[in-house]
Amino acid sequence: MTAPIESAAPAPTPFVYFAKQTVKAFNTNKTSWIGLLVFALVVALAIAAPVLAPYDPNDQNILEKLRSPTAEHWFGTDSFGRDTLSRILYGARISLVIGVASTLLAMLIGSAIGMFAGWHGGRADTVTMQAMDVLLAFPSLILGLILVAMLGPSMHNIIIAIALTSIPPFARIARAPTIAIKEREFVMAGRALGFSDTRIVAGHILPNILPEILVMGSLWLANAIRTEASLAFVGLGVKPPTATWGGMIREGFENILDSYTLALAPSIAILVVIFALNLLGDGLRDAIDPKLKGET
Amino acid sequence: MTAFVLRRLGFACVTLFAVLTLVFVLVRIVPGDPAQLILGDQASREAIESLRHRLGLDLPIGEQYVLFLAGALRGDWGVSLVSGQPVIGEVLKVLPWTIQLTIVSLILGIAIGVPAGVYAAIHRNRFVDYAMRISSLLGLSFPPFVAAIVLLLAFAIALPWFPVISARTGSFTAWYQSITLPAVSLGLITAAYITRVTRSAMLEVLSEDYVRTARAKGVPWKAVVWRHALRNALIPIITVVGLYLGILIGNSVLTEIVFSRPGLGKLLIGALNQRDYPMLQGMMVIYTLVVVLVNLLTDLAYGFVDPRVKLK
Repeated sequence: MTAPIESAAPAPTPFVYFAKQTVKAFNTNKTSWIGLLVFALVVALAIAAPVLAPYDPNDQNILEKLRSPTAEHWFGTDSFGRDTLSRILYGARISLVIGVASTLLAMLIGSAIGMFAGWHGGRADTVTMQAMDVLLAFPSLILGLILVAMLGPSMHNIIIAIALTSIPPFARIARAPTIAIKEREFVMAGRALGFSDTRIVAGHILPNILPEILVMGSLWLANAIRTEASLAFVGLGVKPPTATWGGMIREGFENILDSYTLALAPSIAILVVIFALNLLGDGLRDAIDPKLKGET
Repeated sequence: MTAFVLRRLGFACVTLFAVLTLVFVLVRIVPGDPAQLILGDQASREAIESLRHRLGLDLPIGEQYVLFLAGALRGDWGVSLVSGQPVIGEVLKVLPWTIQLTIVSLILGIAIGVPAGVYAAIHRNRFVDYAMRISSLLGLSFPPFVAAIVLLLAFAIALPWFPVISARTGSFTAWYQSITLPAVSLGLITAAYITRVTRSAMLEVLSEDYVRTARAKGVPWKAVVWRHALRNALIPIITVVGLYLGILIGNSVLTEIVFSRPGLGKLLIGALNQRDYPMLQGMMVIYTLVVVLVNLLTDLAYGFVDPRVKLK
């Protein structure tokens, strides 16, 4: 189907165009808005943690330890008498920073690799993608665990480990459209004008595959947050006493017979964030590619 | 068929070789000297040197690599620094626990996921479909240890139907009691994945011409869905199940810890905490073997389900 001929309205700037397409994609599936809203709320809560938290997250009060929810401590306290609500608010910062940083890193490296492979084709493509498949074959959580254990559980190393395990999917998603797009007329036109490869790939192919990469990013952000929590749960998170959701769940699990809120409250927090991101990404993916509807 | 199997086998060997190389490099790019890390800061020069010798770290890197590959393939993965036992023995001792858990969860996931996905697809855009999409999305949002803790809290602590520590053997009742909660916690997440991929694969197939033809010539709707459509939707489902098995094996680490169940997970975490390098290296090899084997089986399953695959 061809688009109806537009009247002589001025062409929108790329930014306006992109914004309009984004709103349209969100409107296709209303659940994306819910996901975005909830996620934005979590981000806001994390940023405002110092203002909102009723207590200092590391303030110990041994007399008040392992309390069930009360008016003073909405979500109870942990085995050091620290306020669970305050720790969840601060823990959100760790989850989000590690999640966003590692996903951005994986997104950058992964899509660069994918575009490189797709653009060059031939042997470069085969070798690169086989390497990605090998990386993909290894259970990512276990690779993450081993990497962090060997590098040492610092914020930096956790980000690097999670990013490394999430590179292959981005390479894959960037490669396929690159192959399709490099045959299009505007790429040929660019070549005829003497543009460098870098300029064509970065300036003309990247904008075309960006929506897919970004949608994928929201889904992998959910995954990165889950991996960070898993690492923290087995004791490979950012070092205590810093509050992390995974670490809190671990503590709650160890004291589960005394206070179940200690494990349950951070569990719900992490579930809400991941669910919101999945709603967001899943709805947007439907909008971008109706063929993929509901696939994971 | 033979050529197809041989080709897949060849690819599996290449992957295995590549991952083994990755494992080798990974263990060696760690900042610092493993011997120093194992023995701590207080260790004497001589102790470190002798451990380096015992681990083979004083050999030239090329020789280490050849020895590592040869050992990995012969099943000689060295000796655990903690228990002093051969790594392979320790791994094989707990492997059945993990395999059991993985298989039972996978069966559970397929038994729930495939019918649910088919049902959602044939009721597309109806209430059931939306409910299933949302609940499967919620299901796969669960970090595995959270699912495990929630089940533990509900069915072992609040309602004492199952044991808190799931490591009993002996009678069938004991086995059933100890595997139910861990398998359900992993199986439900698996089911969520399988539901989604089954739904989308079915939607695609149901819009094909041959489905319309089958209906037009009067094939009963049930037969069209279950025999004609599902059969064709199996390829993407198998792909996802194969890929997901890798994730499932990873997730089982966390589940085993929550339920204090023996298995690779407990062994791995123990080795990580103790910095038991030979054990870690051996575990990476076993995980690789398992994943390569699963991929190979997945590939062969394609050939079995779809005769066209063999020809490519």
